[in-house]
Amino acid sequence: MNSSLSRYEKLLVFGTTIIFLTIWELLSSLKIVDPFFISSPSRIITSAQWLFAHGLWNDIRVSLEEFLWGMALAILFGVILGWALGWYRTLSVVVEPFITMMNAAPRVALLPLFILWLGIGIESKIAAVFMGAFFPIVFTVMKGVRTIDKGLFDLARSFGANDVQVFTTLAIPSSVPYIMTGLHIAVGRGLVGVVIGELLAAQAGIGFMMSRASSSFQTDKVFVGLVLLTGFGYVLTEVLKMIDKYFESWRI
Amino acid sequence: MKIDITGLSVEYIMRRSGDKLIALKEVGFSIATGKFVCVIGPSGCGKSTLLKVLAGLQSPSAGEVLLDAAPVQGPGKNRAMVFQSAALLPWRTVLRNVTYGLELQGVSIQEAEKIAGDFIDMAGLSGFEESYPREISGGMQQRVNLARALVTRPDLLLMDEPFSNLDPQLRNVMQLEVERIWEQTRQTTLFVTHLINEAIFLADEIIVLTARPGRIKEIVPINFPRPRKLGIKKTPEFHVLEDRLSELMDQEFHEVVYQQSQDDRP
Ligand SMILES: Nc1ncnc2c1ncn2[C@@H]1O[C@H](COP(=O)(O)OP(=O)(O)OP(=O)(O)O)[C@@H](O)[C@H]1O
Ligand SMILES: [Mg+2]
Repeated sequence: MNSSLSRYEKLLVFGTTIIFLTIWELLSSLKIVDPFFISSPSRIITSAQWLFAHGLWNDIRVSLEEFLWGMALAILFGVILGWALGWYRTLSVVVEPFITMMNAAPRVALLPLFILWLGIGIESKIAAVFMGAFFPIVFTVMKGVRTIDKGLFDLARSFGANDVQVFTTLAIPSSVPYIMTGLHIAVGRGLVGVVIGELLAAQAGIGFMMSRASSSFQTDKVFVGLVLLTGFGYVLTEVLKMIDKYFESWRI
Repeated sequence: MKIDITGLSVEYIMRRSGDKLIALKEVGFSIATGKFVCVIGPSGCGKSTLLKVLAGLQSPSAGEVLLDAAPVQGPGKNRAMVFQSAALLPWRTVLRNVTYGLELQGVSIQEAEKIAGDFIDMAGLSGFEESYPREISGGMQQRVNLARALVTRPDLLLMDEPFSNLDPQLRNVMQLEVERIWEQTRQTTLFVTHLINEAIFLADEIIVLTARPGRIKEIVPINFPRPRKLGIKKTPEFHVLEDRLSELMDQEFHEVVYQQSQDDRP
């Protein structure tokens, strides 16, 4: 939808952004609101420059690594388990209550356990991302496999398709839109996982940098982290939208 | 492929209430190899069910269904079905939808695409090979559905109201096409339709089913010489048959209305 903004609308978005940033800058530099609380665009830029010269790249790399590993594992296992649960009724009868319960548990509460088990390195954060992203993928994929059109099922069987063929030619493709839906939710939850994990206990990462800055009252640095995370989330959403478009014709 | 059906009954168990619904009751008939047989009957009388039994998708509750003297045991490569709803794979292009049956039967994709080419031309789909189902009209989707079945060159072709989405002109064209193709292949064909004149135009024999539960009401032989031209629809013989069949259908239609009034009783 956003990609079809008219020139006028683009100008409007650009304009409002400029106005927003200007007001923020003025509020802060005229000391109407104490910059200690709200920082300001110019302070954020200065602070970012300093941070990039002093190891911010490393924090970004660590956070990215944690996020990507966690997501990759969540997608891999989530999709496979989702397919299996959608396909084998008996399996889902046994396993589904478990994962429903685990999904309902407040996952943040598991973080201290992960840190005990996996230490304060990137492994515990990968686990945090995984726990956030895994469940939405499992549930949506499972639903996707279960809602295969009955007509398509009959069609495949009428040509003598065996179970493997039904699975590869119907179940997998028809679960693609559901995987995409799952990914949209999973990306958000995964990001939360990275940040909370790093805030709690870490040696590096954007969340770690923010928590250090916050405990030494450096508001500007906290805002740099916030801007980075927001930008990251935005880019991911846009990437997903592009993939969505590609698979548009797959929807029934 | 010779068909021999005796005492065929099909019951469905309704999912919600657990009640039995008798779709077909003690149906029996034989079709000789190479015949074109049309099936007509009121809506819900079990026409699709009959085709599904022959396709091996629905097992009978009672009775015997023999294909070339062997009982039906599930679907097989020697049969193909044109479904009432087009049932196209939305993620496949027109071409790859047409090749789908062949692929499932183990034909390589290159080979399948080569074979499919002729049938795509025949179905008037040339130029749309790379379109997706949502990009083509309902009538074209129905023709993809038809081509997909024909391309596997089955011994028994089961067609479930394949033209129901086409406008009358296109319907005439497709009737001629189907008749022409059948002249060449002479594959045994069962063709379900609601239109009496379509049935007369295409069939060697018309099986008329009663209202639910479907039984055989009558089997009407049609003896127009082949190849048939659309002109026969205007001949007196054609009109006589049309009148006779609509009278049979009207009787059954009244039966349906009566059934419904019974169902509606408190
Ligand atoms: N899977 C099913 N489960 C339960 N009942 C079914 C099922 N399929 C069909 N029926 C019922 O069996 C009866 C016959 O259905 P069928 O689809 O064979 O009718 P039809 O003659 O093809 O009707 P139409 O002309 O409307 O397509 C109908 O009353 C229908 O509701
Ligand atoms: Mg039907």
